[in-house]
Amino acid sequence: MSCQQTHELIHGFVDREVDLVKSLEVEKHLLSCEACARTYNELRNLQSVVRNSALRFEPPVSLERRLLSSLRQEDESKSKTVSFPWRWVLAGASLLAVAILVWVFAAISSKPSDDVLAQEVVSSHVRSLMADHLTDVPSSDQHTVKPWFDGKLDFSPNVKDLTPQGFSLTGGRLDYIGNRPIAALIYQRRQHIINVFVWPSNGTQKNEKASVRQGYNLISWTNVGLTYWAVSDLNLAELQQFAQLLQE
Amino acid sequence: MSDQSKVVRFEQIALPHLAAAYNLARWLVHNDHDAEDLVQEALLRAFKSFGGYYGGDPRAWVLTIVRNTCYTWLQKNRILAHAESIDDHLDEAGMDFADPETLLLQSVDIHTVRQALQELPVEFREVVVLREMEFLSYKEIANIVDLPLGTVMSRLARGRKRLHALLTERMGKEARVELSANA
Repeated sequence: MSCQQTHELIHGFVDREVDLVKSLEVEKHLLSCEACARTYNELRNLQSVVRNSALRFEPPVSLERRLLSSLRQEDESKSKTVSFPWRWVLAGASLLAVAILVWVFAAISSKPSDDVLAQEVVSSHVRSLMADHLTDVPSSDQHTVKPWFDGKLDFSPNVKDLTPQGFSLTGGRLDYIGNRPIAALIYQRRQHIINVFVWPSNGTQKNEKASVRQGYNLISWTNVGLTYWAVSDLNLAELQQFAQLLQE
Repeated sequence: MSDQSKVVRFEQIALPHLAAAYNLARWLVHNDHDAEDLVQEALLRAFKSFGGYYGGDPRAWVLTIVRNTCYTWLQKNRILAHAESIDDHLDEAGMDFADPETLLLQSVDIHTVRQALQELPVEFREVVVLREMEFLSYKEIANIVDLPLGTVMSRLARGRKRLHALLTERMGKEARVELSANA
């Protein structure tokens, strides 16, 4: 090993940060080179001088005491400023959770809203026209249609033949709306089909309510414990006339 | 982890290194009062971020925070002026103690050594202190000062060389003073 290489490695050698092979090479060089040996010795001298423990600064006893008290202080102020609001956040969160639970429960257990029902009514109407399944009991005789529902439903819909008034009864059908089986009465006005969905209602008397959805007119009302939804592509005036006739 | 056990745990982990922390801070900032304040500030900061300590060498952890706190203070007080250029003089890195006068070093008094070490630029001083007083490995020092291993080695070599030069210069003067006094 050359003096140049030894100089490069001498600090690592003194600090034992050089691998064994290099270490042995440096040692060998130091044995044969007086100048490098002197450098090495002087470095060791310097090291022992700086390692003199008298050079260390010892912390005053008061520092540890001061530090401990400020640690405790920091810890206390933290539990006041941090954990206290947390308690409130926690309380707020549990209140919110309860509120959500109540709301979800109410939503599940309550009757579907009118909006949801209207959508179901329209869908059911459209389906009845598409699937070639308009009637289960094709009859223009109200005395045939009404008894047909017996044993199929837990209520008996009021079935009226309105042929004289231009709304001819064409039959009845079982359908399913608002999570329950219901009665569907089918009337016809010229080429227009009217579906009247009927199911029991625990609500009070409700006046006619008209709405339009997907181009279909809808009229709903509640009368003597039954809710009616009439839906058709018939114009609103004639549908309203039809609804009036049904309610008479 | 309850607050009580957090304090106790912190004390068990950090306090054994209070002496090392203070020694480093005192060598970096030069006066007792500031060193005490900075150690206090650093350890409080360490305590606040104690959740971020996931094991590892607690001494290195404490010294890193103390060192960084001191550096921030030095920068704020504009004592740290030449940090950017300190590693540029690579020509200085070579070692040459061939001066026969240097063999006198063993007899140097502690006051002179303290003075000379304090005169070293802080970047050299800190690696010398970490190596010779805390006996840290190059790798541990590199982690604490957040520099590549090579830079640490070069700073340590140059720091020693400067320190040696300062000491021999002082001793030379002393020797001359003694000689003239005797004459």
